[in-house]
Amino acid sequence: MIFGEIMRMRAPALMVAAILTAGGDVARAQEAVVEITVKDHRFEPSEPRAPANRAFTIRIRNLDKTAMEFESVKLRVEKVVAPNSEAVIKVRALSPGRYDFFDDFRKQTRGTLVVE
Amino acid sequence: MLAALLIVFREVFEAGLIVGIVMAVTAGIHSRGWWIGGGVAAGVLGACVVALFAASLSAAFEGFGQELFNAAILLVAVAMLTWHNVWMARHGRELAAEMRAAGQAVQAGAKSLAGLAVVVAVAVLREGFEVVLFLYGVAAASDPGSGLAIFAGGAIGLALGVVTCLLTYLGLLTIPQRHLFAVTTVMLAFLAAGMAAQAVAFLEAANALTALGSILWDSSWLLSDRSMLGRALHTLVGYSDQPTALQFLVYLATLAVTFALLKLFGPSRLPGPPQSDGVTQGRSARPA
Repeated sequence: MIFGEIMRMRAPALMVAAILTAGGDVARAQEAVVEITVKDHRFEPSEPRAPANRAFTIRIRNLDKTAMEFESVKLRVEKVVAPNSEAVIKVRALSPGRYDFFDDFRKQTRGTLVVE
Repeated sequence: MLAALLIVFREVFEAGLIVGIVMAVTAGIHSRGWWIGGGVAAGVLGACVVALFAASLSAAFEGFGQELFNAAILLVAVAMLTWHNVWMARHGRELAAEMRAAGQAVQAGAKSLAGLAVVVAVAVLREGFEVVLFLYGVAAASDPGSGLAIFAGGAIGLALGVVTCLLTYLGLLTIPQRHLFAVTTVMLAFLAAGMAAQAVAFLEAANALTALGSILWDSSWLLSDRSMLGRALHTLVGYSDQPTALQFLVYLATLAVTFALLKLFGPSRLPGPPQSDGVTQGRSARPA
């Protein structure tokens, strides 16, 4: 936990570094973040939106007391999220469309990322 | 229950393949049971510890702690596999001679066994981590009826993973003894190359590597690396249906380095006629 705190304190410096290394690309500097929350084994929102043709990140907050595995075949993502914690996933630039995702530990927990 | 079985089996399956190969590689070495058993035990223990600190690990390094951790332990495994291969190329012959002579190879064998024990531990830890988190979640969900069924499914999945391991081992043992060494050397080299490429994939996912990040090809229509066969090939030879240029380069580089080291350090161990003691045999066998 202490480790996590230290990392969080370093966050601003790393963000500045990330912006500086973005090569002056303004669009990349303001990188979009898609926030998804998992509660009672449901994705909220269940149809989050993301910009097309540019990289973005997904931040998943798992508020349940069980671990979940955020998975999407089309997004090529597979990441375990521990109970009561959050995870960040980097996503490449995508063409517009619907990208299904689910919790691999509970397949009925599903959602769709709408890229437009 | 079936879902639990599949989740657990999918994870244990990959570790089972690796443990099976290591068992075949070390077939005939006296104390290997302890080393491999120790590697598995360390992996299980490590998986539990990592699962315990999963939240902190995820939060570390801007949310990419999991990826960086996976990349780090994979690279350790790559180093151990390469070192083992080179070590065996150098000493395999003496080792075999010693084993035949007096069974004193225990000490010599232990060195390379330690490296392989680390490989086993890494494989079990990586796959076991998800199983532990999954089963812990089931236990925490406090639904005793379905919990029991899920644990039963998990247990069967685990048993099937052990069967995978044994089938890999016994399958490899059907290879004649004189070819086994060459076959397992090549298998370990590909295993290492695949792991190196996978480590790159994790570093790319964590934004730590961004160069040469374009995807080279997409063969998911032919064989998805999420199918069972795709997963097996992913573990064994590092198959990926959408590799980046960097992953592919690192894959090739690992293979090239391994085979260059093998050529450098163990010319007599590569497939082909033995050089030193083959001279006299060759002479006598040649028709006059």
